[in-house]
Amino acid sequence: MEKILLLDIPNYHRIDVYREHGGYETVKKAYSMSPDEVIDEVKKSGLRGRGGASFLTGLKWSFMPKTSDKPKYLCINGDESEPGSFKDRQIFEFNPHALIEGALIACYAIQAKAAYIYVRGEYHNWIEMLQKALDDAYSMGLVGEKMKETFQTPYECNIYIHKGAGAYICGEESSLMNSIEGKRPYPRVKPPFPAQNGLWGCPTTINNVETISNIPAIIKNGWQWFSRIGEPRHPGTLLFGVSGHVMKPGVYELPSGVLLTDLIYNYAGGVPGGKKIKCVIPGGSSMPPLRGDQIEGVKMDAESLKAAGSAIGTGGVIVMDEDTDLVRVLARITKFYYHESCGQCTPCREGTGWMLKALNRIARGQGTTSDLELLIDVAKNIEGNTVCALGDAAAWPVKFMITRFRDEFEKAVKKEVVMPVASMVHSMRHTALPLAELKKN
Amino acid sequence: MAKMAKIIIDGKTYEVDSSKNLLETILSLKLNLQYFCWHPAMGSVGACRQCAVKKYRDENDKAGKLFMACMEPVVDGMRVSIEDPEAKEFRAGVIEWLMTNHPHDCPVCDEGGECHLQDMTLMSGHNYRRFRYKKRTYRNQYLGPFLHHEMNRCIQCYRCVRFYRDYAGGDDLNVFGVHSSVYFGRHEDGVLENEFAGNLVEVCPTGVFTDNTLFQHYTRKWDLTSAPSVCVHCGVGCNTLAGERYGKLRRILTRYNGQVNGYFLCDRGRFGYEFVNSEKRIRKPMLRLSGENRLSEADEETAITEISAIIKSSRKVMGIGSPRASLEANFTLRSLVSERNFYWGVPEQEFSLLTKEMNILRQGSIRTPSLREIEKCDVVVILGEDLTNTAPMIALAVRQSVRQVPVQSATPYKIPHWQDAAVRELVQDEKGPVFVATPYATKLDSVARTFRGSADEIARLGYAIAGAISSDAPKADNLNEEVCVLSESISKALNKAERPLIIAGQSLKSEAIVNAAANIAYAMRKAGKNVELCYTVPECNSMGMVMMGGKALDQAFHAVEKEAMDTLIIMENDLFRRDEKQAVDRFLKRFKNIIVLDYIENATTERATAIIPVGSFAESDGTFVNNEGRAQRFYQVFVPNKEIKESWRWVRNIMVTSGMKEFSRWKNLLDYTQALIKEMPYFTGIDTITPPPGFRIAGRKIPREPYRYSGRTAMHADKTVHEPKPPEDVDSPMSFTMEGYRGQPPSSLIPFFWSPGWNSAQAINKYQIEVGGPLHGGDPGKRLIEPLPNAKPSYFTDVPKAFAPREGEWMLVPVYHIFGSDELSVHSPGVRELVPKPYIMLSPDDAARLQVTSDSELELGIGGQVERLPVKINLGLRPGLAGYPVTLPGMSVVRFPVSVKISGVKK
Ligand SMILES: Cc1cc2nc3c(=O)[nH]c(=O)nc-3n(C[C@H](O)[C@H](O)[C@H](O)COP(=O)(O)O)c2cc1C
Ligand code: SF4
Ligand code: SF4
Ligand code: SF4
Ligand code: FES
Repeated sequence: MEKILLLDIPNYHRIDVYREHGGYETVKKAYSMSPDEVIDEVKKSGLRGRGGASFLTGLKWSFMPKTSDKPKYLCINGDESEPGSFKDRQIFEFNPHALIEGALIACYAIQAKAAYIYVRGEYHNWIEMLQKALDDAYSMGLVGEKMKETFQTPYECNIYIHKGAGAYICGEESSLMNSIEGKRPYPRVKPPFPAQNGLWGCPTTINNVETISNIPAIIKNGWQWFSRIGEPRHPGTLLFGVSGHVMKPGVYELPSGVLLTDLIYNYAGGVPGGKKIKCVIPGGSSMPPLRGDQIEGVKMDAESLKAAGSAIGTGGVIVMDEDTDLVRVLARITKFYYHESCGQCTPCREGTGWMLKALNRIARGQGTTSDLELLIDVAKNIEGNTVCALGDAAAWPVKFMITRFRDEFEKAVKKEVVMPVASMVHSMRHTALPLAELKKN
Repeated sequence: MAKMAKIIIDGKTYEVDSSKNLLETILSLKLNLQYFCWHPAMGSVGACRQCAVKKYRDENDKAGKLFMACMEPVVDGMRVSIEDPEAKEFRAGVIEWLMTNHPHDCPVCDEGGECHLQDMTLMSGHNYRRFRYKKRTYRNQYLGPFLHHEMNRCIQCYRCVRFYRDYAGGDDLNVFGVHSSVYFGRHEDGVLENEFAGNLVEVCPTGVFTDNTLFQHYTRKWDLTSAPSVCVHCGVGCNTLAGERYGKLRRILTRYNGQVNGYFLCDRGRFGYEFVNSEKRIRKPMLRLSGENRLSEADEETAITEISAIIKSSRKVMGIGSPRASLEANFTLRSLVSERNFYWGVPEQEFSLLTKEMNILRQGSIRTPSLREIEKCDVVVILGEDLTNTAPMIALAVRQSVRQVPVQSATPYKIPHWQDAAVRELVQDEKGPVFVATPYATKLDSVARTFRGSADEIARLGYAIAGAISSDAPKADNLNEEVCVLSESISKALNKAERPLIIAGQSLKSEAIVNAAANIAYAMRKAGKNVELCYTVPECNSMGMVMMGGKALDQAFHAVEKEAMDTLIIMENDLFRRDEKQAVDRFLKRFKNIIVLDYIENATTERATAIIPVGSFAESDGTFVNNEGRAQRFYQVFVPNKEIKESWRWVRNIMVTSGMKEFSRWKNLLDYTQALIKEMPYFTGIDTITPPPGFRIAGRKIPREPYRYSGRTAMHADKTVHEPKPPEDVDSPMSFTMEGYRGQPPSSLIPFFWSPGWNSAQAINKYQIEVGGPLHGGDPGKRLIEPLPNAKPSYFTDVPKAFAPREGEWMLVPVYHIFGSDELSVHSPGVRELVPKPYIMLSPDDAARLQVTSDSELELGIGGQVERLPVKINLGLRPGLAGYPVTLPGMSVVRFPVSVKISGVKK
């Protein structure tokens, strides 16, 4: 089984071990190519971003302006705050130098002056590990001023680690840039995109930690090699973080396109007590959940999951067995997005709070059938109409959980008796029943 | 010419300007679309998601997609729908969301009836509440005397912080917290520090920030009788709307004028109005009856008869006019006493400096910009003016000008300039060049490169700049290195500029500064460059005063030294604010009768032998000329007790009674204005800046009261159940009632902004030709000063010597305070709270040498008198200079330039 990132080499996180295995040699190879050639190689490899949207990495790099009177930047997103997603920290811990080497190559490809690795604030230990790796790379002259000498190149760049302060929204690319700039992390309206107007108003590319960590292997082994791993439309290995009701929760590096059932039953050891699966969220808590009867034959890659009615997201697979109370699960998930909404745009700011209140009420056994319609209505109105994708992230679980597990939610609520109250007669906008119906009652 | 585009909105084709966003375009077309976060002066950020419309790819696209109109550039061939059911449903949904946490406390909300949120809610059609949960609540803050804070009403549109921080440069208001509990306020309770904070009243679309001065004497806003007015608190001449009920002036609002103050006012202008309601108002004539020593109240007829008798029996009557009185008032007094005996109640120094400013603008080839045009300048050099305190709205305009250069960098990135968030991100902290040369540190320093020095040193810098631009301009000699380097870089910036501006004024009482500023402009012009020149003036009609011309107070002093006169008439002027007390005292003693026309008690009225109660701006009509030379008409808001009349009406009545029958021809203000023009032809045109009193639309007058006005049949019921006949207004085509023409009046006659469905200040959109542009019919007012394109003025040559501090002596420099230096606004309780106590300003070096700190007291010898003043340290002040707050309550009046000796120190 081919692995790229989480290799079975003891102490691979140490710079000496990493270098013994050919680490940092690929930088030389990359620097002997032209930046455009590097971008081309990544384009052809078919590498897709591992940060959630599965966007083609080479294509993203090619958006960077070739000429600019401003410095350019690379941001590497290690904010990893999505519930169910815990894969990037494996890289910080077990293969930090692949990330640093990838950053050196990516920076070169887009001609960035510096890379900022933004790490989730709660990751104290992992920040230390990454910092140690970076310090080592600096002291060996692999990054910064001395790299010119080391790699015999006119190009140089710096890498900085920026600690988050505990807000999920900082993982959104433009929020992340505002956060680095020292501003409140409000997502920016796009366009303009970061390649035009990014960090400090300069051209910027942003990629996930895992995305960047794949780069050295691609350059070293060539695009053909990479494109043949796993599902062709979403090639390479993916780091799947499996959690929830499984025997062996953890991060598994597997070729894309692996069967979801394989992942759960073979790699993660199946469900404790041999219970049935009620629900699986395949890509981190914001992705549409699948019913237990929907997972058969589903392959784990962006296109296959899309076809199955969900999304690969960050590959965080959350498994819930038949005894799980989905109302409480949804209330908890919604609480998270409510709490993390930055408060900039109305649908997300107000909608998440409203959905949470309704779900909590249902969880307390005080909900009514109209609450379910309301939830779906609010979620649909949020979806696609917010400044950033946190709105969607909050809306999808609500929309899909309630529609896909309708029975369970129906059971949790009381049937509502519609009272023709005066205000309803006056305002038909939200009245479920036409006026004639109301009069009949 | 703007690039035009054809777009289709709900099936109708419109030709529109393609440089605008879709929301602006829709509003300019006078269509209705809801919005919150967008503001015409602040651009788009796309946060509230209220302005959603359907956009279709092409004619085959039937489904379309929702887009935020404020974030959509107008593109030729664009197809959109406002009326699309999905878009409408979404917009109603946004309101529904906002309402989940909004308290619905309209009945007790100060904003009610003039609330953008109410209007947008109605427009969206949302009315049935599905939210059945508790709302979030906040703790409110004390924000000072001007603003009331009620955070529960917040809809998180972010306009307040965008205005306060990005537009006005404040930093003590911010947004805190996350998700649905974001909080807009200060880090702790306290007075908001920014001088433009009051605009939040209009910027905030809800009742979070409301006018605390109105709150002190609250009335529903639709119950106000309002009239278009002009601010009287400095020389900028911002346009205001003044509202009254029950004989009390209740509030001031911005009157949009696309050429002057746009959407905003400063806090002095907005909150200074309460002097009109002051307990010190003079409401009845006061006469000294024969044989008595004190004044007693008299009725109107007695007063006229008595005063006319005095005038008839006087051999000589001297008249003292005022720069805070209208052109018409001054002209009428001048007509009474004759030109020979008419003097302006301002010191010669100020009068001649202002005259000089006017002459430079009138006889030179340099244009002076309007306030709005200042915003568009790309390089600004400020000589000697602490603008935030001497001409606040010019400071706000300069703050916008620093954006001119950086914003251009958005063009190559195809980022539209109205896309505020993206532009700010792109330009970061970059600012266009602004240079501030003042004796002490000022608020504008935060956007400028600064120079500190005495008035003479500032003038020398000005001369050096002129010299660096054009080799034939007189140069200052023995320049130190700082001045050399700075003047070099300023001249470079000016040479590169497309629209450079020089700002100066007479605040530091320095002729050399006024001259140096002109020299820079002349040098630029010689070098074939475009340039504009702006002089600040201290009072609302200072420019009108020097345009009328005449003699100053010093000459009046001289005149009575030579021959005694028996009667003095002082109009709207407190001479004790104008010159040293002993001088004024000596002057007044020369008269047997001192007749004072004024509206508020002051040191001069105390010396009067007769007092005539005249109308303040709110009870008068008249014309002021602002610093730009723009003649602007203000209108009576309400009729107080009948004895309070315009100065000009009182004086005319006295003239007629005392036998000058020819003046009985003057019946309404227009007669006065036209008589004035006849005698002073350079005022030609000021009679047509507004329609004549006989003007009617469809036979109707323009009502000062909105049609929602309530209580008029009941409000006098404690006295009579009959509805009294409303007062007649012979001076304007406006009525004091709610009857009259309900459509849009001519731009100079707008008493309030209102349009069906638009009850808040946002109704302004409907009064403009296009959003943010001129009002329909053109912005009111007339510029009386235009440059002579072929004039070839010669350079000034009075380059002063370098300042050398003298041991043991401090040269005083005047210090100004937005709250404190103005005569009238300090009578408003709110402003009064913010007036600093008397003090003397020292440099850190001098303070260290004298071993004093901010708590210490100094004993100063000024002009033979000893004063004790606490010390304030200003980091910018140079050693050898001491700042002396002028016309601050409690400070004496001194003649500049003046040096003081420190006779004692109390630590
Ligand atoms: C609310 C929100 C949170 C996000 N958090 C993360 C994150 O923690 N890590 C991450 O890599 N991407 C995150 N993303 C996605 C990023 O915006 C961005 O798409 C990604 O970093 C791009 O990297 P890629 O192209 O390599 O996938 C988040 C997006 C949103 C809307
Ligand atoms: S969608 Fe939510 S997180 Fe994103 S900008 Fe809007 S309020 Fe902020
Ligand atoms: S306080 Fe007013 S202006 Fe500020 S965000 Fe709230 S509603 Fe908007
Ligand atoms: S700048 Fe001057 S004229 Fe304008 S509002 Fe302020 S005090 Fe009034
Ligand atoms: S006005 Fe357009 S999003 Fe707020």
